[in-house]
Amino acid sequence: MTSSGFGIGRIRWNWLGALAVLIAALPLVYETSTPTLLAIWALFALSLALMWGYAGILSFGHAAYFGLGAYTYAIASFNIGESTVPLLLALVVPAIVAAIIGALMFYGRISDVYLGVMTLVVTLILNRFMNATAGDAYRIGNARLGGFNGIPAFPTLNVPGDPNWAIYGTAYYYVVIVCLLAAYLIARWILSSAFGRTLIGIRENEQRMELLGYDVAGYKTAIFSVSGAMAGLAGSLFANWAEIVTPSVFSLGQTAEVLIWVIVGGLGTLIGPMIAAVALGSLKLGLGHQTTIDNSLVLGAILILVVLLIPRGFAPSFAAWRRLFAQAQVHRRQARSTRRRRLALQDAKQ
Amino acid sequence: MDYAAIVVLEILYMIAFLALISAGLAIVFGMMRVINLAHGEFVMLGGYATIASAKAGINIYLAMLVISPIVVGVIGLIVERLIVRFLYGRMIDVMLATWGLSLLLIGLVTLIFGNTAVSVPAPIPGYQIGHYQMGGYNLFVIAVAAILMSAMWFALRYTRIGLVARGAMQGREIISALGYNPNTIYMLTFMVGAALSGLAGGVMAPLTGLLPSVGGAYIAKAFITVITGGAAVIAGTLTTAALFGTVDQLVSFASTPVVGEIAMLGLALILLRLMPQGITGQFFRNST
Amino acid sequence: MSEPVVETQDLAVQFGGVHAVDHVNFILRERELRCLIGPNGAGKSTFFKSITGQIRAANSSGRVFIRGQDVTGWATRHIMRLGIGVKTQVPSVMNGLTVLENLWLSARRTAGHDGADAAVEEVVAELELNGIARRLVGELAHGQRQLVEIGTVLANKPWLVLLDEPAAGLTNAETDRLVAIIKRINQTATLIVVDHDMHFVRTLDSWITVFHQGAILVEGHADKVLTDPSVREVYLGNRA
Repeated sequence: MTSSGFGIGRIRWNWLGALAVLIAALPLVYETSTPTLLAIWALFALSLALMWGYAGILSFGHAAYFGLGAYTYAIASFNIGESTVPLLLALVVPAIVAAIIGALMFYGRISDVYLGVMTLVVTLILNRFMNATAGDAYRIGNARLGGFNGIPAFPTLNVPGDPNWAIYGTAYYYVVIVCLLAAYLIARWILSSAFGRTLIGIRENEQRMELLGYDVAGYKTAIFSVSGAMAGLAGSLFANWAEIVTPSVFSLGQTAEVLIWVIVGGLGTLIGPMIAAVALGSLKLGLGHQTTIDNSLVLGAILILVVLLIPRGFAPSFAAWRRLFAQAQVHRRQARSTRRRRLALQDAKQ
Repeated sequence: MDYAAIVVLEILYMIAFLALISAGLAIVFGMMRVINLAHGEFVMLGGYATIASAKAGINIYLAMLVISPIVVGVIGLIVERLIVRFLYGRMIDVMLATWGLSLLLIGLVTLIFGNTAVSVPAPIPGYQIGHYQMGGYNLFVIAVAAILMSAMWFALRYTRIGLVARGAMQGREIISALGYNPNTIYMLTFMVGAALSGLAGGVMAPLTGLLPSVGGAYIAKAFITVITGGAAVIAGTLTTAALFGTVDQLVSFASTPVVGEIAMLGLALILLRLMPQGITGQFFRNST
Repeated sequence: MSEPVVETQDLAVQFGGVHAVDHVNFILRERELRCLIGPNGAGKSTFFKSITGQIRAANSSGRVFIRGQDVTGWATRHIMRLGIGVKTQVPSVMNGLTVLENLWLSARRTAGHDGADAAVEEVVAELELNGIARRLVGELAHGQRQLVEIGTVLANKPWLVLLDEPAAGLTNAETDRLVAIIKRINQTATLIVVDHDMHFVRTLDSWITVFHQGAILVEGHADKVLTDPSVREVYLGNRA
């Protein structure tokens, strides 16, 4: 193939397999509640990492779609009583909302700071709105929106078709892990496709891509929508884990956390942010159990340090990482050809 | 008739509120293209400084108009020297670092002051308009905002410092061309911005119970006001403050405060979509 | 004669009080090679941007036609899709990607996923980019980057090519090579070239349009135009 990989390496199936085995075996030695939550956060981080790292879209309000997924699931399951359709809706509704908002922004040539503000405002609106929906008047079908108390006690996940056969505990852990894995593979697939490469081109130079005839706004809207769907899935899985949905899913804190995970984990990779979500999430949960060191303090310090210590900002680190990768490829190719030459010489000698 | 007076006063108060809490951010954004997401926490720190001073027996006006700005100004200086000065020109990085700073400050304040609300009573009693009881302190806030905006406008327009500041808004090189050290000017600008935020926090302190987390409410509104306002510091901030304040209050009067706030946010979205450079990027282009 | 490839009717672009392009009527025919020259601020680049839809409708009036199609007010990507390639004044490429990847993104739009690789190989061969094919564009020297950008322009096989200052910053050897490349492109495509490098323009030996203060001063073949006294005056500033 004449064109190289656009910086997307090939999946190391052996590593992935080993990791999958480890994750699958976890319930044998540990409880599953915390790992489930961490996996959900990893999925959330993945959704932002995909959009920000590879398409260059920085949203300051990605929690909006996380929250939409959570609320959609709660409201739908209250009304339908069974969980399969609500789960699907929790993917579709955020995707559609993201598509609409994305189109409004990208076709309006909004970018950078202004994009950040607009996405922030959307999350704020949702947060304020949901906080104020106390009282019987605010309901969708059977579900009362509940204001800042949120929606409790909705039907959680069940085996498709049988509302009485609930999925919880270890079984739920596996469901979440499967979703995470599927999302990761889909993300990789997107990135290695022509669509993904176009996105990377857009991230590198929008003007040039526009001049080549690409519908830049359309591509951005598409990935924004996909990312929204993924965040929505994470949100609905969170709803099932927490068994209650409150407006805090739309909070600035939530949106700040996912940004921190992606930055600390490494903008421009998928695995990095997922690992950071698990690590920082564990840290947060651990800190939550004591009051000496405040969680905000630690997270804040980490964010400041990461931003200060990544030299010359993030943009060159894409290129730097590519360079390392390209060098590694060149070395590998050289090693292969040297090996081939050596073998050929040996054959010739015999 | 009295009702109309009430509405007007409430609108003026809202405009004053928005202008006050946005002033510091506007200066820093307008001059250095720095978006300080810890701005809300600077306001919060100003509030705590005032309350702590007042509880220690210091005259409350002194606390809010002198001590708060100085305290937060110094904090701003430290922040600029340690964090912000390495990140000029990198807008997104600044936003992220200051977001981290805001978390850090919330954590610190929670550690020092705890998580329960503290407050201080408003020093000006209420008064009557017709059948309605109005908070007298609101008038003070409106007055402070008006004086502050006028002073800033005057300083920017007619003083040498103001000239340097307006030059700085055009670019870093202009500062050097005028004969000043850009690093020093930027440092001072950030300090002034912080001091203004502290002032706002001090002035607002008697009106609400103060928690370490109030910054969140301030930053969102200030951020939206400043960005939608565009590059002109005074004109931009005042225009958006006026627009948002009016819409928020009018809609609030017609329904509930939450709807009013949502209407204001919705208006911000529409404005940003239609005028990506902010209002003063489109109209009033040559204003201060 | 065939219908014009590019035609502007009474095209005007205003920024505030400045007439960047002042009621220009311009015609370019099939497979022409046209040079646009003129002093700085004459409106050449703005004129270019009007053709490619990069000037906002609020600032411009008049009409632009491409092969008979009225493209006034069209979005850039729709105009480009008609089969146009643009090399911008400031080199616009994907610095974080390799040469091959840049070319692939361009080729893929017209050749599809399957034909893209072949199209990329053609361009690499045509422009002799083999040595730098796998390098990151951001690391290349200026002249090489210019060449890569021309490569991306060519990779989706446009029939109209607009080059804005392709010779800027090139050595004499690179410039001569560029002339050869342009002549080869001209065998199948129509070209407009904007540049300041007079040696380059003279070597191209084509029809020239001279811009001055937003309007066309004179048009004609290179020998005639480059010796025209009014052109000299405009460049050297004897006339206002």
